[in-house]
Order: sequence, then C-alpha cells, then structure tokens
Amino acid sequence: MSSASPNSTRISKRFAELRASGELGIVAYITAGDPSLDATLKFVLALAEAGADVIELGVPFSDPLADGPTIQRASERALKSGTTLAGVLNLVRSIRQSSPPANDVPLVLFSYYNPILQMGLEKFAAAAAAAGADGVLATDLTPEESGDYRRILSAHHLDTIFLGAPTSTDERLAKIAACSSGFLYLISRTGVTGAKDALPDDLPALLRRARSVTQLPIAVGFGISLPGHVSVLGGLADAAVIGSALVSEIEKATVPNPTTAAIDAAASALASRLRALKEAARHGLSRREAPMHRGKVAP
Amino acid sequence: MVPLFELERAYELAKTDPSFQTQFQDLLKNFAGRPTPLQFASRLTAHLGGPRIYLKREDLLHTGAHKINNAIGQGLLAVKMGKPRIIAETGAGQHGVASATVAAHLGLECVVYMGTEDMARQALNAARMRMLSAQVVAVDSGSRTLKDAINEAMRDWVTNVRTTHYLLGSVLGAHPYPTMVRDFQSVIGREAREQILAAEKRLPTHLFACVGGGSNSIGLFYQFLRDASVKLIGIEAGGRGGQLGEHAARLAAAQGFVGARPGVLQGTYTYVLQNEDGQIATTHSISAGLDYPAIGPEHAWLADQRRAEYSAVSDEAALEAARLLSRTEGIIPALESAHAIAGLIERLPQMRKDDLVILNLSGRGDKDMDTYSRLL
Repeated sequence: MSSASPNSTRISKRFAELRASGELGIVAYITAGDPSLDATLKFVLALAEAGADVIELGVPFSDPLADGPTIQRASERALKSGTTLAGVLNLVRSIRQSSPPANDVPLVLFSYYNPILQMGLEKFAAAAAAAGADGVLATDLTPEESGDYRRILSAHHLDTIFLGAPTSTDERLAKIAACSSGFLYLISRTGVTGAKDALPDDLPALLRRARSVTQLPIAVGFGISLPGHVSVLGGLADAAVIGSALVSEIEKATVPNPTTAAIDAAASALASRLRALKEAARHGLSRREAPMHRGKVAP
Repeated sequence: MVPLFELERAYELAKTDPSFQTQFQDLLKNFAGRPTPLQFASRLTAHLGGPRIYLKREDLLHTGAHKINNAIGQGLLAVKMGKPRIIAETGAGQHGVASATVAAHLGLECVVYMGTEDMARQALNAARMRMLSAQVVAVDSGSRTLKDAINEAMRDWVTNVRTTHYLLGSVLGAHPYPTMVRDFQSVIGREAREQILAAEKRLPTHLFACVGGGSNSIGLFYQFLRDASVKLIGIEAGGRGGQLGEHAARLAAAQGFVGARPGVLQGTYTYVLQNEDGQIATTHSISAGLDYPAIGPEHAWLADQRRAEYSAVSDEAALEAARLLSRTEGIIPALESAHAIAGLIERLPQMRKDDLVILNLSGRGDKDMDTYSRLL
C-alpha cells in the first residue's frame, strides 16, 4: 500500500539521503502553540538550523492519552494560548515562507484524530497540503479504521504514518507498515511519551522484526532523550524521535513567564540539544553499524 | 491493538467456557447477591398518581450498585488471561469499589484512578477502596473527573499491558469493551423481564435508567430491544444549564443542551461534547457517575435508530427526586439513579395510568450522603 502513495515527499527524500550517508536521522517533536505559535515558529527555525531531519508539530488536544506528563502539560499550555488545528496549519505556511533550511524541512503533523475529524478529512487534507505539510500521524487512529483517511490524505500527497508497538506481532507490524508511507514510527517501549534513562533491552529485536516486514525507513520514539540513546540506535534504526526532552527545555525556559527573552533562550537550548544529538548520530555507533539496515536482515 | 485482540479472544472463549460461566454465575449469586428484587413501589406509585412503578433493586447488590456485575465478569477474565494486576477508573467510586472488591476476592493487585474532584465528593468510596487494599491514584488533570481518570488508566494500561487487565467500568472505550460490558450487565434486564412477567403477566410499557457511559441502562434495555412495545428511556445529567460545560447531556439537543457532535474520544466513535475545534468539553453534573462528555456507542446507535429516547434532567430535579424516593419508599438512591426517577417524574404528563414502568435503581445513596446532608 505504501507504494501506492506518491513517494515524492520531502520525508522520503530526506530518508533516502540519510540511508545514502549511513547516518541516523533526528526527528524533533515539539507541541505547536507552547507557549504560542509565534514561539513555535522560532523553535522550528532553530531546530532546522541545528540539523533536524524531520520536525513533528504536535497539535494540542484536551485528552492526550498517549502522552506522558511533559507533553500533557505542553498541550494544556498550547490550548490555553488559543491554539487550534487551523492555527497550526497557518504555522506550517509561515514555516514554508521562512528561509532555508526551515522552509524545506520535512514537516509531520502529530495529532489526535478528533480535531482532524471535526475539521473534516477532505478540508483538513487540502489545507495541510496547501500549507506545505508532508505527513500526518494520527495517534489514536487504528489501521482498521483508516481507509477513508489514507485515501484522502494520499490524494493530497500527504504521507500517513502509523505507530508500531513492542506488543505488535509480526503480522500486525506488517499491516501497520502497509498502511504507512514516509516512514514507520516504532514505539521503543510499552507506554506513553516521556524521557527515560535507558532504552529497553528488547528494542533491537523489535527493530529486526519490523525490518523483516517492511522496506520503509523506521523511526524509533518514546523515551529517547540522550545522545547515548542515539549512538545505540545508529545502524539499527533510520531515525530517532526526540520529543519530551525538547518540550522540557521549552518548559524550563518559558514557564511561568514566556517573555521574548525566555523564548529566545528556549530556542537556543533546543538548538544545542539538537546539535548534541546530531553529533552523537554522526560519531556514535551509527557509522560503524550503518550497513546493517541496508540489506535484508536475517530472521 | 494486540492487547484488545487478546481480550476479545479471551472473552469469546469465556462465553462458551462452562467453567467460566459456572464461576461467573456462582459469584453473581453467592458473592454479589443476585438475583436482585423487582420491587413494586406502591407509595411512589400512589404519590405520583400515574403508572405502576417497579424498581429493579441493583442498589441491594454487594458494594451497592450494578457495577459489581461487570467487575466480577472482567475479574474472572483477568484470571483466565493470567494477568495478576487490574486497573480501573472510577467517577462516583462505585466501579472503583466493585473492582477493588473483586480484586481482593480473587487475589489480584488493584489500582484505581479517580479524579481529585470526584475523590472530594465521593470520599467514602475512596476510603472503601483503600480498606480493600486497592491503591487509589488521584488524577489532577483536565476536569479532574471520570474522563481524566480514564485517560490515566489507559496510560497505565499501555505501559503495563503485559501484566495488567484494564477493568473498564462502562460501555465505553474500544471494542470489545462496549459489547463485553453490556453482556455482563445484561443480567439486569434478563431478570427484570422474567420478574415483571411473573408479577404482572405483561411486558412493561416503559423502562427508565440513568445514562452516564451507559452500562446500567444498556444492561436493563438489552433484553427488551426486540419488544417493540417497550419504550426505552435514558436519562442524562442536565447539570445546571444548556451551555457547554454546564451539563453532561449528549443526546438531549432537542431540550437545548448544546455541544454534542459525533467524534472520537478514548477509542470510541460516538456523540461527544466538544467545542468547534474538536477539543473535548468539560462537563458538569452533581452526580460524579454521570459527569462524562461521551456516551456509550450503542446508546448513540439506539438514539439514531429511534429505538431508545434520551432526555436530561437538572441537578436540582435529581436532588428533589432523591428526597421523594427516600420519603415515599424508604430507599435513599444514588444521585445517578435519582436522575432516572426525576426523568420519570418529568415524563408523567405523557403517561397513562395503566402504563407499567421498570426503573433501574442502579445504586444506593450512602456515597452521596455528604451532598444530601448539605440540603437537609
């Protein structure tokens, strides 16, 4: 099914470049509108400048049940500042009108399904594509219920990204991958989003299982925060997703007073975090083990 | 999704597993106290001067509400699946108490999530859960009520899914929960149907039940769905007004309760109280058990099919009804069940003297004595 969608998005291009260079990509997640959409624009520019390969913009939702406390608080702040899905799409447009490299960074909207459903699938897909988004991840939409959604989004050249979990069987992973385009997002551990100290021991096995059922690039997220995690993932995954650790930086700098100075401080904290992660991705184990993910992996 | 498939499989097997069914029936009878009486409410009937009213006395069950029916079923299922730990959400605390009770009885570890707002207004039930050695986790996010407790329970479940069964208390959440919980609660209607036929030699004309998520109401309605002459009436919480945020009425737009549209919340596509951007609304009801922005999907379907009718009554009407039942029948009802009584009273002008009503008295009012005593 992934081959059916037009595979010319910025996402696929970026992953192809990463594979060619044997480097682990960094996907940066932040919650849009925390503390304001203007601030998020600054953060995106800083993250892109620091080398983020893909940026995920979280659409705040009142009931973020896949998220841990850090992103829950960010969602609350974003909703309090009046952020709506329409507002996030305007932000995407502003990012595309900015200067390089942000104007060309792959952008994924990370949303719960209800705000999308209320806007209407067709209206949402048309607006997201026109604004310049590249893909959408609806956390609480199952592949079973995603037929219309995938048809409409792919008609607008938007990638549809779904989540695979450690509890997913091989058969299930294959189904999730078949519904995904752009990349497959693997959850590193059972649970919600949030930074953790160590990666789970069974992660390499999960990655091997996923590799055996799909050719799609694989990004690993949930619980990844440190350069050390990134080093370990090199050669196993195509990209690591960093979310709560970045959102924490924003919280530290801007709560309770999101002044211009605080927002600038948050932007430079995000940039230095991102640079450290990119550094780890370039010089960690990634290069050494890079060839592993190219060929077929033995079962 | 895989844990949901696993649960569905386990539930399908249990349906035809004689050992499961024997244990389930045994616990319903000897632990919970089934069957519950169908009591003719003679003084309430006389007082209202309308139809003959029977009360299905789920309030007499062990732990004080219908919630124990489902908790026993799912508790046994957790044992069958080899899950040593159960988690539950609770609003009014009745499902939390039922889960803690079944967990203690079956030797399972139990954690209950409860909004801090609900812990304050249902303090007795929070204490009962602790007495039963369940851990009660205070949820201080969002509206600090049932919806937020479910969010937190779901977060726990996805984290500990390998060892844990989520004992969801209403006909909500993803499949198979709405179906499974309905089936475990349908004993209410099965008994009531037999009992009314024995007592009155005819089917009732009306069924009344309160609807939060909708488990006691679907439990009563289900056995009567094919009896076209029986009107099914669900009563929602009208709170203190029709504005979004002031009520928990999802199917009462005709009465001026605004804000409900089809949407997705917590794995269910149903009518959801929400704003124009798809953000879930806060709700208000004096009754913690009805204070929830979505309704079980089968109720949404019954409403769309016009097989069941739904309307809402105010906080004030529910309190008045609770006092009336206490005074006329010597039964202090739970605030949730008091909504059903108020709904019956508001419908009296459309009813005839030879109508025959079964009203589900889903729970007793001990837990609400704080609220009630402020009015005395």
